[in-house]
Amino acid sequence: MSPVALALVGLGSALILLAAVGVLRFPDVLTRANAASKATGLGLAVLLLGVAVEVGTPRGWTVLGLAVVLQLVTTPVAGHVLARAAYRSGAPLWEGTRSDDLRTFYRTHPRLRDEVRPPDHDPGPGADPTA
Amino acid sequence: MPLDLMLGALGAAFALAMIRVRRGPTIADRAIAGDVALYGVIGAVALLALRQDAPQFLDVVLVATLLGFLASVALSLLIGRERR
Repeated sequence: MSPVALALVGLGSALILLAAVGVLRFPDVLTRANAASKATGLGLAVLLLGVAVEVGTPRGWTVLGLAVVLQLVTTPVAGHVLARAAYRSGAPLWEGTRSDDLRTFYRTHPRLRDEVRPPDHDPGPGADPTA
Repeated sequence: MPLDLMLGALGAAFALAMIRVRRGPTIADRAIAGDVALYGVIGAVALLALRQDAPQFLDVVLVATLLGFLASVALSLLIGRERR
């Protein structure tokens, strides 16, 4: 294998492993979603780029390049949508959470107030972390 | 040989994500962990394409990427109980 491909593929698998460690060890849904979407998005993109470098055929570059672009576009969207659904379903927040502006939004929204139940934990809107 | 090491790392990622799928506690946790596990599998398929010198596996990578996104969106609609 070429050193470039080896470095890219190695970095990609390491990032995916780190994402899994984050998903296992972080304290609440939102922090886990954060670890999962960022690290896997970049990790898989870098890994596929490394595979494309090693394969080297025009067909390989086309398929993997398309996969990398789709990966970079869709992963943040998927992560955001899952985290938003988790928040709206009232998943508990980490007790160390220090500010939650979205809570005020859902509490005061004329229509969503009755539909969406934000998490019970109330750190207050934009609470001062040093207070 | 380095490819085997990386496949091992992806396998470990899959196992760790599966522990989170089992623990939960919310459905969203399981969905997110399942997503990470899927990415581990996609990466492993891409590495196997290199290892076995079988470029036809790369099409699987492309399709699985799209399927993973669709699965995430579908699950989030289910979890968020949005009324459309």
